[in-house]
Amino acid sequence: MPTITIDGQTLEVNKGDNILEACLNAGLDLPYFCWHPAMGSIGSCRQCALVQYQNENDTHGRIVMGCMTSVTEGARFSLDAKNAVEFREAVVESLMLNHPHDCPVCAEGGECHLQDMTVMVGHRDRRYRGSKNTHRNQYLGPLIHHEMNRCITCYRCERFYRDYAGGTDLGAQASRDRLYFGRQQDGVLESEFSGNLVEVCPTGVFTDKPFLADFSRKWDLQSSPSICGGCGVGCNIAPGERYGRLKRIHNRYNHDINGYFICDRGRFGGGYVNSKRRINFAGLQGTDGSFAAINQEAALSKAQTWMQNARIAGIGSPRASLESNFLLQTWVGSDQFSAGFSDAEGSILNRQIEILQSTRAMNPSIKQMESADAILVLGEDLTNTAPRVALGLRQAVRNKSLAMAEQMGLPDWQDAAVRNLAQDALSPLIIVTSYSSRLDDIALHTLTLTPNEIAEFGCNIAARLQGKPAHNALIDEIAECLSGAKRPLIISGSSMLQGNIIESAAAVAEALCEHNANTMLSLCAPEANSVGAAMLSQATNLSLSNIVEGADDIDVLVVLENDLARRLDPASVKKLVESGTKIIALDVLENTTLDHSTLVLPAASFAESQGTLVNNEGRAQRFFSVFPPAHDRLPSWQWLLQLATCSGSSQLSALTHFDEVVDACAASRPIFANLSEVAPDRSFRDRGQKIPRQTHRYSGRTAVNAAVSVHEPQQPIDRETPLAFSMEGLNRDQPAALTPYVWSPGWNSNQSLHKFQAEVDGPLKGGSAGLRLLVSSTKGVQKLSLTTPVSEKSDLWQLVPVHCLHGSEELSRHTDEIAELAGDAFLTLSIATAKELDVDEGDRISVAGCGDTISLTVKIVERMAAGCAGYSIGFASTRELTTGAEVHLQRDIAWQPLKPSLIASDRDSMHIGGVNRHV
Amino acid sequence: MTQDMIQTDLNSVLSHEEIQAIDAELAHVPYKSGAAIDALKIVQAKRGWVSDDCLIAIARYLQMSAEQLEGVATFYNLIYRRPVGEKVILFCDSVSCWISNSDGIKAKISDLLGIDYGGTTLDNRYTLLPVPCLGACDRAPVMMVGEDLVTHLDEARVQLLFGQTTEANKD
Amino acid sequence: MEKVLTRNIGPEQHTTNLAAYKANYGYRGLKKALTEMSPDDCQAAVKNSNLRGRGGAGFPTGMKWSFVPKGDACSPGHKYLVCNADEMEPGTFKDRLLMECDPHQLIEGMLLAAYTIGADIAYIFIRGEYLVAIQRLRDAIAECYANSYLGERILGSDFSLEMYVHPSAGRYICGEETALINALEGKRANPRAKPPFPQVSGLWGRPTIVNNVETLCNIPHIIDHGADWFKTLGVGEDSGTKLFGVSGKVNNPGCWELPMGTPIREIVEDHAGGMRDGFQLKGFLPGGGSTDFLVPEHLDLAMDYNVIGAAGSRMGTGTMIILDDRTCPVGMVLNLIRFFAQESCGFCTPCRDGLPWSRQVLEDIENGAGRAEDLETLAYQVKYIGAIGNTHCALAPGAMEPLQSAMKYFYDDFVQHIDAGHCPYHNGKGAL
Repeated sequence: MPTITIDGQTLEVNKGDNILEACLNAGLDLPYFCWHPAMGSIGSCRQCALVQYQNENDTHGRIVMGCMTSVTEGARFSLDAKNAVEFREAVVESLMLNHPHDCPVCAEGGECHLQDMTVMVGHRDRRYRGSKNTHRNQYLGPLIHHEMNRCITCYRCERFYRDYAGGTDLGAQASRDRLYFGRQQDGVLESEFSGNLVEVCPTGVFTDKPFLADFSRKWDLQSSPSICGGCGVGCNIAPGERYGRLKRIHNRYNHDINGYFICDRGRFGGGYVNSKRRINFAGLQGTDGSFAAINQEAALSKAQTWMQNARIAGIGSPRASLESNFLLQTWVGSDQFSAGFSDAEGSILNRQIEILQSTRAMNPSIKQMESADAILVLGEDLTNTAPRVALGLRQAVRNKSLAMAEQMGLPDWQDAAVRNLAQDALSPLIIVTSYSSRLDDIALHTLTLTPNEIAEFGCNIAARLQGKPAHNALIDEIAECLSGAKRPLIISGSSMLQGNIIESAAAVAEALCEHNANTMLSLCAPEANSVGAAMLSQATNLSLSNIVEGADDIDVLVVLENDLARRLDPASVKKLVESGTKIIALDVLENTTLDHSTLVLPAASFAESQGTLVNNEGRAQRFFSVFPPAHDRLPSWQWLLQLATCSGSSQLSALTHFDEVVDACAASRPIFANLSEVAPDRSFRDRGQKIPRQTHRYSGRTAVNAAVSVHEPQQPIDRETPLAFSMEGLNRDQPAALTPYVWSPGWNSNQSLHKFQAEVDGPLKGGSAGLRLLVSSTKGVQKLSLTTPVSEKSDLWQLVPVHCLHGSEELSRHTDEIAELAGDAFLTLSIATAKELDVDEGDRISVAGCGDTISLTVKIVERMAAGCAGYSIGFASTRELTTGAEVHLQRDIAWQPLKPSLIASDRDSMHIGGVNRHV
Repeated sequence: MTQDMIQTDLNSVLSHEEIQAIDAELAHVPYKSGAAIDALKIVQAKRGWVSDDCLIAIARYLQMSAEQLEGVATFYNLIYRRPVGEKVILFCDSVSCWISNSDGIKAKISDLLGIDYGGTTLDNRYTLLPVPCLGACDRAPVMMVGEDLVTHLDEARVQLLFGQTTEANKD
Repeated sequence: MEKVLTRNIGPEQHTTNLAAYKANYGYRGLKKALTEMSPDDCQAAVKNSNLRGRGGAGFPTGMKWSFVPKGDACSPGHKYLVCNADEMEPGTFKDRLLMECDPHQLIEGMLLAAYTIGADIAYIFIRGEYLVAIQRLRDAIAECYANSYLGERILGSDFSLEMYVHPSAGRYICGEETALINALEGKRANPRAKPPFPQVSGLWGRPTIVNNVETLCNIPHIIDHGADWFKTLGVGEDSGTKLFGVSGKVNNPGCWELPMGTPIREIVEDHAGGMRDGFQLKGFLPGGGSTDFLVPEHLDLAMDYNVIGAAGSRMGTGTMIILDDRTCPVGMVLNLIRFFAQESCGFCTPCRDGLPWSRQVLEDIENGAGRAEDLETLAYQVKYIGAIGNTHCALAPGAMEPLQSAMKYFYDDFVQHIDAGHCPYHNGKGAL
């Protein structure tokens, strides 16, 4: 570790760091703008200037940029030197020449890095007498608001959007003091990660549009450490609430998983929490099918009358917490419990858990995936099924360029230089899918195969790796590429609902493990707690179809946060409903299952409850309520405890508090033994106090409800967690799982994160959040014999599921902006198929042979496996379609194109003067 | 975007000759976007400027996004993203010409043509733009009119060049 | 004096075709190198000649070349030679002459440079406005290809070189070598951070040498006649000859090849014919728009890199711009700052926002709206923008050179503007 001197203070610093990093690590406040811990340095803003001295006799020194200067043994610096201080102030003064004085009406105000840095350098008085440059703003879609006049030209937006996230439709235009960052013309930003611009921009150019429409200042938000429910990756998020509304979601740093960035589903998909379709009170269905609202006691007593001496079955949910699922299963008994997966998905996920526990390959975090030097993706369109993993792979393919840089002695943080050196050199990524994926642009090879062929292809690679000649140059090449890699990564998952794809992925990984202990195998799961639910599964569990078939014998069926219409075909749903079984459904939003339930119980959303979710890698993570549930909503775990008591069951009678549920779950099975360590229990105190959800500057705490009542209510008491619905206490160095937001004196923006990190870009001071429950083994995956049915040539098309970031996930699609972006359900076809069927992009096509004939909008993609058509899964109108079904396709002759109509946000753009030209 | 569609779009926007010329440039760059500036110049050569349609067509041909190409196009002084007249007057406003009264000459030209920098005459014959030093300082003040370098400018010379176009451009 | 760079160039003399060029010992250096000299020999000759870059920075050419990895030290792939013919420094008009009047000399220089560093592809990055030069270079290159001076196995040797002319889309910053490389790659021409230097990682990430036109034109003569001969050409401490130019209110503005170290007075009074009647020399920029003003007391200095440097300015491009006593120094600096602000690429803050601020202050002063504190503001900006290292590249520090020296030598003029509330020269309307 080199030793350097800064203003006479001797510091041991990390070899290979730059001085800015060294300063921040030492707790020194060196201002910066363009540098970003995940994106490195380009030296554009010139803000992190300090003076470097040649030696101890050099008293003059010269100004250098901290972010562009490597630490070297014995180097001497000063932050406090007069010329450095003056220069840093001069930079801010220059940036402020054109920056509007609109902080009071800017959404960034109060968490603006530019405000912080302006105060930090001490700039106050304006000397510039010229006029300010102004720009025209663009309409960028329903998620991001654009206000170019505020731009300080740090290039962070372009560097994140294009260089880091692979987006192409945003960049720098023009030059000198007329630089402009935006699209070529108005339009919706295409990147699935566009929302990160909100946090990457050091000022208010890119702001959260839905938040802007329902705005509160950062200091007025109540936040909690939470976990995204959008997919199986388990990104850490920090939702913020005020006035009982979920206002916005920010990234919450997790060193191993999401780092600094989350996808747009995660950031913007929480709007359903405020939806008008939320269930506020218990509802009892009358004979006419309508629901009457009843209070909690009435609901429970109704349930009690049904449950006396009744046969009670339960259906769990892969989107409900581990605790809720555990309680339901324990209460009704494992032989009366279904995990709540569709039959196809259930068997795949169970096998997935089996593989992850027996494979010799490492089951990597995203951070570990980013170290891969050769990647094989089997079957997954990752950007839509595990978006944050896809973003990680974009970083992994840069490892080749980082290796080239290392060879030249170029530090990895020299971002522009590394990119210039490597040009388009990428580490190999091979994508084998049934249709185009959003990572195709960085792939060395893309192969387009039917689901069965994907599995077969994977097995052929595995066989080739084991020495069996392939007689196929491409398989040879891919096998050599993987076996030649230091850290090969195989990724697959359940999104195609094709178990043998996962088998083949495991086989490839196992074959690589023969010679390489650093082989990684990652399997994506669809929902936030799919893995957790699968881990809870027991051999005695029922499948959903078991439940449907045996429905006549079930008196009461308790359905936990699960819309069965998404898992069962319509005929089965009908059969279940008509069986006469009393259905008690607990859920957050109206859905088909609730429509058919006898009793509906209002469940708290993720933002109003707590629980544990297990992600793709088997990492258990705890989410905490952001605000207390309103109306008669209760967290599902509390409903279940009460229902169990009502039913006369003694199984759960000892449990009252959440922590006790966790302990019981931990005791139930060895695999959950450490569950209590996922996060501190409710007794945790930091210096005698709870962790505050509210900031120290939270305003109007006692007056916030004055419009309703002038009586000052007591702050709600949180009896279940170590967090308080209050502002007292410290938010500083508690365990990482308990960090609700980042804020530090002088650092009001999210850039204060470095004060919470043990070192720049390192884990949090509070350690790593989450706990790995699944561990690899030394025994290896037991091979299952694959059944690959030979598809017969016919005039039928095989349906494959197409997952959409916006639209496929159940809850987020009830957010207005997400619904707008999701658009209509669609069918994707290859160019050749479209030609054959005489349809064009946007036309409608009839799909027959799978339930009722339906009409879908055509989307044409570059890659689609022969004989296959993709349907947008998770959309209401594709509910009848099932994966693997063979269907007739025909141009919908009844359909006539509508005259072009404007969607809501297009009208907005017209309003601001934007011109929508056809691209 | 599919290959077929690209082809249709290109054929309707870029000419065969333009595509051939771009292909020639592509022969000696390692990846297509490397020929971005050449392609912009090729397309501008005959048309005078690069329209949105052209920009988008070139971007697709070079497998770049329109944003990426727009970033390049708007960086350079000699790529025109707005229509220009038949001839562009590149008037040197740098120091040696300034010392030799280029401001006065420029005022005279503006007067004769009825346009300031960035403007195009009503008859669409000329667009007037400033240009950095043209490297003919020993013959200052200078300008380019279309492809011709015109040196030793004075009011009489300018009158001779543009005098007859004045009437046509009076409002 | 022996004419070297302009031996084929005269008032009525252009040597644009291969035959004429060969007739006057053209390509003799190339033949000598290919038959008698190894690349290392050529490298040694250029290094020993003490040739310094003629583009403005004056970096020793041989040393620059020596940083290019060779043999096993170089990963397999192309190496590039780029001729920087993007002449756009205000007041500079020398490379145009060399390219329009003797294109083969440049091509021969490039062949030799490429041979020395092991480049197999060469570009001439030329000002888009230099239409005549572009055409003549293209014609000359075509002749070379037709006669085995370019292409595979040149003149039967193992040496091969492809050469392309790339007309710029126009931007002063492209003259900065790393910005030029970005432009060649079809990108926005922001300069790159150094290190890595282009010699190691340049065009398309590969080793690249960027040399000025005039620098490269010297190479054939150094190879042909040897380093010692080249050193004898200078009359001062620097080697070789140089194109010197004068513009402004002199009797005979122009560009002449003269020995390095020629006294300024000789250039201004003898070659440029002295000041026009009624004009006095008030100051001059010795080497283009981004060099510090010098004043009459410096007239007897030799045009050598270190001599001019010691006087507080730079040799730059060696083309002088004369400030006369009837031209407003504030207006002249304003013109220059306006140019630099306009041509800033916008990458770094001090240049992008600082130069327009300087321009605004100077506009106020020139237009009679200056305030006493404006001089402090300008001094502050000189300090803040003017130091190399404070900005991403040398554009903004270069822009500050005429400003800081004008404030040093013509301070009274600034004060008079502010006190009088108008420009004492032409009431703010520019020069006569």
